[in-house]
Amino acid sequence: MIRLEKRKEPSKFWRIANPFLAVALTMFAGGVMFAMLGKDPIVAIRLIFFDPIFSETFASYSRPQLLIKSAPLILIAVGLAIGFKANVWNIGAEGQYIIGALFGAGVALAFFPAPGWYVFPLMVLAGALGGFLWAMIPAILKTRFNTNEILVSLLLVYVAERILAAMALGLMRNPDQPGFPGSRDLRRYEAAHNAELIANTGMHWGVVAAIIAVIFAYVMMTRHMLGFHVQLAGQAPRAARFGGVAPARLVVVCLGIAGALAGLAGMFEVSGPGGQVRIEFASGYGFTAIIVAFLGRLNPLGIVLAGFLLGLTYIGGELGQMMLQLPGAAIQVFQGMLLFFLLALDFQTNYRIRLTQGMRA
Amino acid sequence: MKKLLTAAVLSAALATPALADTTKVGFIYIGPVGDFGWTAGHDRARQELQDHFGDAVETSIVENVDYGADAERVMTQMALSGTDMIFAASFGYGPDVNAVAGRFPDVAFQHATGYIQEHDNISLFDARFYEGRAVLGHIAGKMTETNTIGYIASYPIPAVVSGINSAYLHAKAVNPDVNFRIIWTYSWFDPALEADAAETLIEQGADVIMQHTDSTAAVRVAEDAGVMAFGQASDMVEFGPNAHLSAIVDRWAPYYISRVQALKDGTWEAQNSWMGFAEGIIEMAPWNDRIPAELQEEADGLIAAIAAGEYHPFTGPINRQDGTPWLADGEVADDGALATMDFFVEGITAEFPN
Repeated sequence: MIRLEKRKEPSKFWRIANPFLAVALTMFAGGVMFAMLGKDPIVAIRLIFFDPIFSETFASYSRPQLLIKSAPLILIAVGLAIGFKANVWNIGAEGQYIIGALFGAGVALAFFPAPGWYVFPLMVLAGALGGFLWAMIPAILKTRFNTNEILVSLLLVYVAERILAAMALGLMRNPDQPGFPGSRDLRRYEAAHNAELIANTGMHWGVVAAIIAVIFAYVMMTRHMLGFHVQLAGQAPRAARFGGVAPARLVVVCLGIAGALAGLAGMFEVSGPGGQVRIEFASGYGFTAIIVAFLGRLNPLGIVLAGFLLGLTYIGGELGQMMLQLPGAAIQVFQGMLLFFLLALDFQTNYRIRLTQGMRA
Repeated sequence: MKKLLTAAVLSAALATPALADTTKVGFIYIGPVGDFGWTAGHDRARQELQDHFGDAVETSIVENVDYGADAERVMTQMALSGTDMIFAASFGYGPDVNAVAGRFPDVAFQHATGYIQEHDNISLFDARFYEGRAVLGHIAGKMTETNTIGYIASYPIPAVVSGINSAYLHAKAVNPDVNFRIIWTYSWFDPALEADAAETLIEQGADVIMQHTDSTAAVRVAEDAGVMAFGQASDMVEFGPNAHLSAIVDRWAPYYISRVQALKDGTWEAQNSWMGFAEGIIEMAPWNDRIPAELQEEADGLIAAIAAGEYHPFTGPINRQDGTPWLADGEVADDGALATMDFFVEGITAEFPN
């Protein structure tokens, strides 16, 4: 007979092992699915996980692309993870990402076409400020009126999307392209262009910011008092209160950091790989980053690995479609499996499966 | 393992030059091939292209590609994998197509409904959807009993705006009391949003739903609500056998085949083609039986007149929404004005989004 037993303490081993096991299971189950679609599972898995990094045809291009795709995910997820550890649930990073991009692009378009070294730094500040301010709405509503930050931050994503559409159609529309929505291409405005720092490496300022954020978050969480407060508030809220942690301040700090980082990610995207303010500029980075944060166990270094893994499935997924004619939906199922297996496996972090003999009355 | 990997990579690399006379054609789509609308229309043409050339052509597709960095990456990977010609099937790929085309001058780019052409390896092509919209408007104006037409619009771009104007003008011509209600979704494919929009329009009294979005959701909602609807880009009758009056069906295949043939012959060069009923690039899905026979004849007559060049859907007098004159009596809109249209015509009460 099978019995479930709650562990006294969550298993450290499974916490670390589960993400790897989830990847292995995803490869296996994904392989079965690809085989059922009539595709060679080995080739499919190879296209998704290996070819973007190792193939002679694609790697020189897709390795840099991996940085470009993963950097915003990592930057956003690092910020989210700090909040998640303290039980502050910011689900609206997508909105903070959009507003950060609009603030950054707004500065660029206001200065256009002036040259000047100061344009880009101002955009960086504006991007962080935009994301920060947007995250302050759920923060203040929560601390003042005790609203639920999950709902408020999520619903603000849809507000941000409407503002984005209004900007792309109105205030920020490119006056030289009548009839079509979308701003000027910031990649063609040198002072505002978030260009590659070294050609063909994918290394742009957003990647640098992601690296700094990871180091900063790691030090903060392991060495700094604030990190301790965050952990304490998440694990033992009552003890935290007695220990002098002000819950309201923690909510503001957590949402503020996550908002500023998401805003930065949006700003680096709109001035670099994205290039312009478009209605469909937001492509779900803010939501995917939630998966990245959990897949990375809310640990800054784990998030780096998780960010690259998810970036890889996107880029590899496109190769799979192109080279093997895998349907786009199969790739999405494949990505979904990853989270599914992780969540399912996490069960055994907290529970133990016991085989007992005989029946009990 | 490493040996295996190297062998796999090598075989992939060797496979390409072995089929040197095979033309590789890549397609990137904004929606899923299973949208039963716009993307399905392009994929139908891709299959016809494949059937026409057989082994002489190898096609590949990537679906659900967002505008921007994703599109640029997908097209670059296609170019790197030895693709000779890339069809980019949505207007918003413009900046991305131009960026990649600049880096791969030997790859021929075919951009559907495109509007930016900075390199001589980019052809733009489009269909005169406003011709079809004129026919839909005519039918809608006669069929509506509430005098309210609901219009689900995607993006306020010239192709969509000219479609709304054309439909309105021709509905108004046969029914002076007609009123258009317009909802913008700012997306091409979002079935949930399109269904919501259709429900809202029906609540507001619309009994005919038109859409310039790609899913079948609106047709299904119309069927359930017992009102009428037009499909988009493909024949959507199976999703609303009673509701579905007709649809503008896109027929890209002849154009696709001619462009690939030109590439094979070495005569391909950049063009800007805008085709309509005359070229057979659009046609109407079979009329629903609930459309009275005489109205069917009128619609057929309208199509014939447009195809023959005897009638242009934008023939003056037409005023702008604010009442200022646009086209004088008998004046016909030129293509340039239609390709950059960013205003509603007089009589449409909805505000132009900007």
